[in-house]
Amino acid sequence: MSDHDSELKPSKPAIWNDPKYRALFFQIVLVLALGYFITTIVNNTLTNMESRGISTGFAFLSEPAGFGILQSLIEFDESHTYGRTFFVGLLNTMLVAGLGIFLATILGFIMGVARLSRNWVVAKVATFYIEIFRNIPLLLQIFFWYFAVLGALPSVRQSMSLGAGVEFNNRGLYLPAPVPENGFAIVGWLFLAGIIASILLARWANKRQESTGQQFPVFFSSLGMIFGLPLLVFFVMGSPLSWDYPMLKGFNFQGGISIIPELLALLLALTIYTGTFIAETVRAGINAVSHGQTEAAMALGLNRSKTMRLIIIPQAMRVIIPPLTSQYLNLAKNSSLATAVGYPDIVAVFMGTTLNQTGQAVEITMMTMGVYLTISLVISMFMNWFNKRMALVER
Amino acid sequence: MTVTTETKKYELGHHPDMAPPLTTTGLIGWLRTNLFSSYMNSVLTIFVLYLLYLYIPPLIEWLFIDAIWSGGSREACEVDGAGACWAFINSRFSQFMYGFYPKDLLWRPNTAGLLLIALMVPLFLKSFNYKWVLGGFILIIYPFIAFYLIHGGSFGLETVETNKWGGLMLTLILSGVGIVASLPIGIVLALGRRSEMPIVKSLSVVYIEFWRGVPLITVLFMSSVMLPLFLPDGSDFDKLLRAMIGIIMFQSAYMAEVVRGGLQAIPKGQYEAASALGLSYWKSMGFIVLPQALKLVIPGIVNTFIALFKDTTLVLIIGLFDLLAIIQQANSDSAWLGFDTEGYVFAASVFWVFCFSMSRYSIALEAKLHTGHKR
Repeated sequence: MSDHDSELKPSKPAIWNDPKYRALFFQIVLVLALGYFITTIVNNTLTNMESRGISTGFAFLSEPAGFGILQSLIEFDESHTYGRTFFVGLLNTMLVAGLGIFLATILGFIMGVARLSRNWVVAKVATFYIEIFRNIPLLLQIFFWYFAVLGALPSVRQSMSLGAGVEFNNRGLYLPAPVPENGFAIVGWLFLAGIIASILLARWANKRQESTGQQFPVFFSSLGMIFGLPLLVFFVMGSPLSWDYPMLKGFNFQGGISIIPELLALLLALTIYTGTFIAETVRAGINAVSHGQTEAAMALGLNRSKTMRLIIIPQAMRVIIPPLTSQYLNLAKNSSLATAVGYPDIVAVFMGTTLNQTGQAVEITMMTMGVYLTISLVISMFMNWFNKRMALVER
Repeated sequence: MTVTTETKKYELGHHPDMAPPLTTTGLIGWLRTNLFSSYMNSVLTIFVLYLLYLYIPPLIEWLFIDAIWSGGSREACEVDGAGACWAFINSRFSQFMYGFYPKDLLWRPNTAGLLLIALMVPLFLKSFNYKWVLGGFILIIYPFIAFYLIHGGSFGLETVETNKWGGLMLTLILSGVGIVASLPIGIVLALGRRSEMPIVKSLSVVYIEFWRGVPLITVLFMSSVMLPLFLPDGSDFDKLLRAMIGIIMFQSAYMAEVVRGGLQAIPKGQYEAASALGLSYWKSMGFIVLPQALKLVIPGIVNTFIALFKDTTLVLIIGLFDLLAIIQQANSDSAWLGFDTEGYVFAASVFWVFCFSMSRYSIALEAKLHTGHKR
């Protein structure tokens, strides 16, 4: 037996046939080729930039920018630096992406559930919405809202009043701004405290239900703590809040909160476009929960809304979250289309104006791409964490 | 217990089935189950129907009934109560289709398009047996034929510079080239990502995740601003080519993920059987794994094509005249000012027809290919 064994042992292959050495050789060649490619590119870039008189490095970030920006969440004017334009653009991108994700999620969930509705008209309307808007390019939708709809609104002088101090014209949407007065801070703190107390209460109620089976009306008591108590205090203190209404002064509205049409068009298009994809995700998720679950819930005597809330949605969420993450990522990346209508996001401000003025193509492209890579990473990390929380815990 | 049955007395024997209650069948039954099953549903139905009544008839009137279909100038559309001004689209139709391509040379792109359609037809015939050969011809040889037809410059054809290309033709060229060129790169990257060689694997992962993490606009900006810097001094190249390089690099990352999905769906036994037969890596991939995997991912490829087709509109930002860009330009033409909506509606319907039919095709294909492998 033992001498048979030695015969059966494979003979050692020649070194050029050994997969281990082949792999090693192939990878060394790949690294060398890549290294050569990169050095050539870097060399070419350096010579090209030298011949065009562009200095490398990030010194330009501290020079004054000398241009104004349409909308800025932090203080900005011509005297601020190029470095600051980066942050203005970044904040504007985050604003539109955050609002877009929030609104698209709401619209998408409503439409996804509506498409599965037992009401024929509602289901058909949702289907039409989804099939029409997801097959039209996003950029076209942004242009449509910006040029054809918002551009056709009346001018400032003929502004439409939507009531309660809300004004709507081709310069944007004007809302009254709340002005907190003495003592309003207490209401704010109470609101925050209510949120924290509700979270603690929910945890406690969950634990108690798991150990004893007794339920606690978490929803209504949280509602009372978050909104009821602060509202009560608010009125007891004599409504310490006034409104700053937008007023027509000269050629434009002054005061209040103004939302520029660029932001409105971008938000509308992003919400409507991404909403269709989220709706399809939600529909697929709900369909993925087997019908036996619904039947079992009915057999247990749960009503329709409880079946949906306690049985279907938690299971559907596990299917929904991974594709939902990629929709959020898409929305964040698609917010860069802002540059087409002149909304000052990071691509328009930093990769557009700042790049044109300084010519620092390499540095600026790297920084902008770095921002998007970071945003992508953060969103997918958060959603992975959320997914882990929602995932099935098997005993 | 006394049962009072004065009107009807049950008699033994055969009884025919009674008709179902009137309210559960036919139109009434349908209305009751689908529209008015509960108070909430009834309210919702009536509300939605009212909204539709408010908006749909005026929309149809504007789109079709009151629309002006022909006319050489904007005066034709400045009539009281006129709806959509399709005369605007009519008068610029050839520009929307071909951009600034010389009018007397239009037969060339037309021939290229008709040739493609003629080549595609047998692919949909069941009885045609050489689909792989024809598919390979379309993917590998046809692009060169189309290039020489549209660009010219040899075989006695007059050169038409790429800055004259535009309209729907450019949109189709960009997306078609993007898909065809990114497919082989995507396959290589997908194989690289599943490779056991650590350096190959990590390089593929970095490449794929990098391009998937950045928006296409930044890629287009980069290819239009940075590519000239990367090349040796004095080599200047075409704007369209630069955009194409950007799109291909971007798209190949997405393609790689689609192909990887197909590779993962092939059961491990197939890989093992291939190596048990003594096939080398490339042989087992080329003859055993990839043919099965690619068949599985055709719907996925069609879906990425739809996404790319919509994304090609972004090239207007770097100054190329695709369908949307040329409509945008026509909108700002002073001779036809004020018909933006018509332009956008036209562009939207063109894009919609393409995307919707492709997505239907992809769904049908998915159902047809759903033959095995599903776990």
